[in-house]
Amino acid sequence: MEDLIRRYGTGLTAVFCLLVAFWILVLVILPNFSMLFESFFPYLPVAELGGPKDVFTLQNYEKILANPIETNWFGIPISIPVHISTFVDTVFFSALVTFMTLILAYPLAYFLAKVASPRSIPTLLLLLFIPMWVSEALRAFAWYIILTFNGPLNALLKGLGIIDQGIRWQNGVFTSYDAIVIVLTYCYVLFMLFPIYTAITSLDTNQIEAAEDLGSPWWRTHWRVVIPHAKPGIASGCVMVFMLSAGSLLVPTVVGSTKANWFPQTIYTWFNDALDWNTGAAYSMIFLLVCIIFVILAMRLFKVKLSDIAK
Amino acid sequence: MSRNRAFLGQLYFGLFILYLLVPLIVMAGAAFNDSKLPTVAPWKGFTWAWFGELFADQTMWGAFLNSIVVALAVVALAVPIGTAAAIVLNSISGKYRATLYGFMVAPVLAPGLVIGISTVLFWNQLGQTVGANGFFLFGRGLHLATLGQVSYIAAYVMLLVLARLQSFDPGLEEAALDLGANHGQVLRRILLPHLYPAIAASAAIAFFQSIENFNVTLFTKANETTLTVYVFSQVRSGITPKINALAFLLILLTLVLALAYEMNRRRKARIEAEREAEARRAEEAML
Repeated sequence: MEDLIRRYGTGLTAVFCLLVAFWILVLVILPNFSMLFESFFPYLPVAELGGPKDVFTLQNYEKILANPIETNWFGIPISIPVHISTFVDTVFFSALVTFMTLILAYPLAYFLAKVASPRSIPTLLLLLFIPMWVSEALRAFAWYIILTFNGPLNALLKGLGIIDQGIRWQNGVFTSYDAIVIVLTYCYVLFMLFPIYTAITSLDTNQIEAAEDLGSPWWRTHWRVVIPHAKPGIASGCVMVFMLSAGSLLVPTVVGSTKANWFPQTIYTWFNDALDWNTGAAYSMIFLLVCIIFVILAMRLFKVKLSDIAK
Repeated sequence: MSRNRAFLGQLYFGLFILYLLVPLIVMAGAAFNDSKLPTVAPWKGFTWAWFGELFADQTMWGAFLNSIVVALAVVALAVPIGTAAAIVLNSISGKYRATLYGFMVAPVLAPGLVIGISTVLFWNQLGQTVGANGFFLFGRGLHLATLGQVSYIAAYVMLLVLARLQSFDPGLEEAALDLGANHGQVLRRILLPHLYPAIAASAAIAFFQSIENFNVTLFTKANETTLTVYVFSQVRSGITPKINALAFLLILLTLVLALAYEMNRRRKARIEAEREAEARRAEEAML
C-alpha cells in the first residue's frame, strides 16, 4: 500500500481503493448478504412490512420440502418433494453434461496442442471461436429448430430410412432431459476445450516421446503423462461447464419438455411469477451453497487452487 | 503411426467444426424459407420477406439500442474498476492478496441468476432503508442489469490487466519519479501506455460479454429488454422466421469480424517474417 502511495500519490491511490471497494462491497459482498438476510424473512405485502409477521423465519427454506411427488430413480419408486427432485435432476444432468463435454473436448484439445502444425493453430482456433461469438439464445434456438417434430433432423432420418415415424426429441428418448443435455453440451463444450488446450500446450513434448520410446501404449501415455499434466485445465473446464449448465435458464426453457424442470426455472418462477422474492432468495442460497460445495470438491479432487481454476 | 494419428486428429477436428457449424447454418438457412414456421426441412421457396419484417419490428430496434447502451455503460464501469483492482492487487502480497483475489474472481464462478437476484434485493433494501423505495433507481431496470453485469465482467478485466502487469518494469516509474514527474504523469505516461493492449482487449471482451448476457439481465430488468432477452421471449411465444433473419445477420457480422481479424493477423505475420529475413540478410552482409 505504501508502495502505491509513493508511486501514484494519495489522491490516485484513494481513487483506486474506492473503485475496488465499490466493486467488492457494493456489487459483490453486500448484495449477497442482502440475499442471505432476505431469505430468512417472510414475503409480505408492503403494508405489513415491519409488522408483527415480519420476523426471522425458516419457512422459505421449508418450502423446498413441500409437495411430495411419486417418481422413480433407476427403477426404484420413491416419494420426494417436487423441488428436491428438480434439484437432484439438475445436478445429475449437469454432471452428465460436464462429462460429455470432457469426452468431446479432450481429444480435440490434445490434437490442437500436440498434433496439429503450429502454423495453422491461430486459424483453427479462430474457426472454433466463431460459434462461441454467436449468442447462447441463438444457439439454443438453432437446436430448437433442429429438434422440432417437423424439423430437419426427423426429415433427414426419415429420408435415410432409419425411422418411419418422427421422434418427439423434445420429450426425450431416454429421459425427458435428453434435449437439454444435447443443447447444453453443444453450448458449453468450448468452455471445456480452451482450458484443457492451454494446460496441454505447456506440457513438454519430449515427455510424451520418452513415454512412447519406453514402450508405453498410447492410452497409458495419456493416463500417466498427459492427463496428470492437464489436471488444472480439466478442473477449470469442469467447474465452468457445471456452473454454466446448472445455472442455465435459457436452454431448458427453450428446448426442454414440460416434464423436464431445471432448478433455475423454479427459482425464476418464485421470483418473477409468484413475485415472492424472499423464497426466491432462499432457493438461490441453496443453489449457491451447492455450487460452492461443487467447486471445493473439484479443487480437492483435482488437487488444484482457486487461482488455477479462475483463469 | 504418427501420420495416422495426425489424420485421425484432422478428421475429428473437421467433424467437430461441422458439429459446431451445422446448427448455425440450419438456423441461418431458415431465414430464407417462405414458411410461417422457422424450419428448413419442407423448403417452400426463397424469400427476403423475413428481413423486411425484422426491420419493421420496433421492439427489436429498442432492444438492440438498449443492448448497446448497457454494454457501453458496462465497459465504462468495468474497465476502470478492473484496472484499478489489478493495480491494487499487484502492489500487495501474502494472505490479503489471496483473500482479495478470491472475492474478485468469485463472481465469475457464481451463477448469473444469483448475481441478478442478489443485486435486485440489495438495491431494493437500500431503497427501503433510506425511505425512497418508490424511487426508480432502487427498482428493477437496465441500470441494475448494468451493475449486476459489472460485478463479474470487472473480474475479466482484472485478470487480463493483471497478466499484462507481470511484464511491467516498475523501475520505469522510479526513473520517472526521480526525474521529477508527478504522480498523474507516472500513471498517464508510463503505466497506462504499457497496459493499453490489455485494456483495449478487455474493453472488447466486456462489451461482448454484456451483449451476450442473459441470466443477470433477465432477473434485473423491468419492462425494457435487451436483444438477448428479446430473442428469448420471441422464441418462447410463438416464433416467426424473423428471428432467423436476425440470427443470419449476427452470424454474418461475426464472420466478417473473424475474417478481418484473420487477414490482419496474416498481414502482421508476413511483415514479421519479412523483417526477420531482412535482419538475417543484413547480418550475413556484415560478416
